Amino acid sequence: MQVTARRFKKNAHGALQDDNIQKAFSKVKGGFPIARAKAAGELPEFDALRDQARDLKNHILDNLDYYLEYFEEQVLLQGGKVHWCSSYADARAAVLEICRAAEAKTVTKGKSMITEEMALNDHLAANGIEPIETDLGEYIIQLAHEYPSHIIAPALHKTKDQVSDLFHQHHEKYGFSERLTDPQALVNEARRILRDKYVAADVGITGANFLIAETGSTVIVTNEGNGDLTQSLPKTHIAVSSIEKVVPTLEDASLFLRLLARSATGQEMSVYTTFSTGPRRTDDIDGPANFHVVLVDSGRSDLLGTNKQDLLRCLKCGACMNHCPVYQAVGGHSYGWVYPGPIGAALNPHMVGLEEARHLPSASTFCGRCEEVCPVRIPLPKIMRHWREEAFQAQVTPKPERWGIGLWAFFAKRPALYRPLTRFAARSLKIMGGRKGVIRRLPLLKGWTDVRDFPAPQGKTFMEQWKKQQRESR
Amino acid sequence: MMSSRSRILGRIRHNLGRGPLSAEKAAELKTRIEEHRPNLVPKRTEISPAAQVDLFQAKAEALGATVTRLSSLDAVPEAVSRYLSDHNLATKIKMSPEAALDALPFDQTPMLDITRGAATAEDDVSLTPAFAGIAETGTLCLASGPDTPSTLNFLPENHIVLLRRSQIIGTMEESWARLRAKYGAGNLPRTLNLISGPSRTADIEQTLIMGAHGPRRLHILIVDDAEKD
Repeated sequence: MQVTARRFKKNAHGALQDDNIQKAFSKVKGGFPIARAKAAGELPEFDALRDQARDLKNHILDNLDYYLEYFEEQVLLQGGKVHWCSSYADARAAVLEICRAAEAKTVTKGKSMITEEMALNDHLAANGIEPIETDLGEYIIQLAHEYPSHIIAPALHKTKDQVSDLFHQHHEKYGFSERLTDPQALVNEARRILRDKYVAADVGITGANFLIAETGSTVIVTNEGNGDLTQSLPKTHIAVSSIEKVVPTLEDASLFLRLLARSATGQEMSVYTTFSTGPRRTDDIDGPANFHVVLVDSGRSDLLGTNKQDLLRCLKCGACMNHCPVYQAVGGHSYGWVYPGPIGAALNPHMVGLEEARHLPSASTFCGRCEEVCPVRIPLPKIMRHWREEAFQAQVTPKPERWGIGLWAFFAKRPALYRPLTRFAARSLKIMGGRKGVIRRLPLLKGWTDVRDFPAPQGKTFMEQWKKQQRESR
Repeated sequence: MMSSRSRILGRIRHNLGRGPLSAEKAAELKTRIEEHRPNLVPKRTEISPAAQVDLFQAKAEALGATVTRLSSLDAVPEAVSRYLSDHNLATKIKMSPEAALDALPFDQTPMLDITRGAATAEDDVSLTPAFAGIAETGTLCLASGPDTPSTLNFLPENHIVLLRRSQIIGTMEESWARLRAKYGAGNLPRTLNLISGPSRTADIEQTLIMGAHGPRRLHILIVDDAEKD
């Protein structure tokens, strides 16, 4: 996919002016966060489970090579195949080869973020194989030639009217000529069209929420049931997964399952949690005859042993973006790559390069909500700070900003200069604020004051107030 | 040329600052897998068996499933028949080709047109047996096999599940124990479905709509059996 993270500011500016985006994303805070809080409140052990989940993920990452090899051995024992892929290109080639061996004309797809990362659909289409997304949200954005704006609700940015138009435009060829506006009717129409696609597809591709080392199973978690039809009707099932998804046992999967849906949508369990193990058995009368697991690294192993390793604990629940004031304001596409919100701000610089994504770690108010709600307690603000430091050191930050920070650092290291200067600044700004205590225009900071007022300081510096308070409390 | 496999494993080890795990450490991890020790399990289901059945029903209903309790297996055909007429559905079902289902007295409901096998796109109602019911969340556990094709759980719009009272357990962990007892440790059936309510989506303007791709309706028949009384 086209990476537009470099244009974050421009993207965000456009999103702030777009009524549809504003309407769609402002709705988020009244939905997912409230449901999550309720689900968490109804499970007394919720926070203790989060601690265990964090520790278990750390244990897995420390022994990732072992668990991956164990998983592979079990998949082979069950009659499946494992394809190790260092890069997206390797993974695309592996999937294409399997599809070709199956003489596939169409493939159905369950929702999968890793196949978004590797731009699998474009690759299949370019090679004459039609990919059909079956998750309703993914189906909608496939029709619109877009990419997800939320990791669990990919078409969050689309209004019902836009969906009506898309279906009207694309479903006529199936004999549906009426423009529908009722959500239930829209869902029914998509359901009827996709039903035939599942049956006709030669290959079904799903992602994986977990890989179970103990049994060699891949696990998907969905609400629609599309992933299940995708993986059980075609002759060949390919599960594409990134390497950090492996967990040792079924009991370990249970720990994460108790957190995943609660953190994502506030459900105790998603509707369908499905474990796929090998191909169909000798006497089975349905299920795929071939089972492939495509394991993708593409940069993940390089996070191990770094100050950003904790990112690999991510369960892809979306809680961080659901609770992020910046995400709610600028929407998902502003982030300019597959992962939006705080997880995108912390992960994308690694995946697409710091120079490309340098704005993202700054797209944060550091309110800390993302870390507070993360089921595996990823310290997202801390990781964003690491990126900011690295951007400064690598001179990726633009010169005026670097000079500004350098100048500030010069004074900050010299209290004898810094204190009188800040005293002067605090007093001057107070005077500029006038009686209302509001500054409408600031030289050099037009970007701030063009769209909002700057609250003026009260006239005393922090140090002055601190000393006064210490004196008074004595 | 180095294979992707050795490149990935090599990079993992290099970045973790070590070589392959020692035999000792590997044995420790293998034991960890084979012991399948539970992690923290919520206390919610530490209640009597009868209360677990009630909890299962309450949770399943809260998820949008419907539940009927029956006193014996003999009552199943009539209950299925009534469900179809209550919902104005054709008196036609596709059933798992399972001996226990075949043994039900369907001669009491001669109007019911029963076929057996995997699902096709034309099937509107399916009847399948459950492997277990998990009280903690009102979740059904269904295992695929020669007599329990998993497509019956997804293709038809209406899914009726037969769950024996003795199959209702507290937690996911208890279902893992039962699966290991049946299939052997380290093995699972091809497809294991944990199902919590009927299919749904909220992909259009975050509005909840039932029946996205899987069944629009999920009906659970809980049948009393001797084992748990």
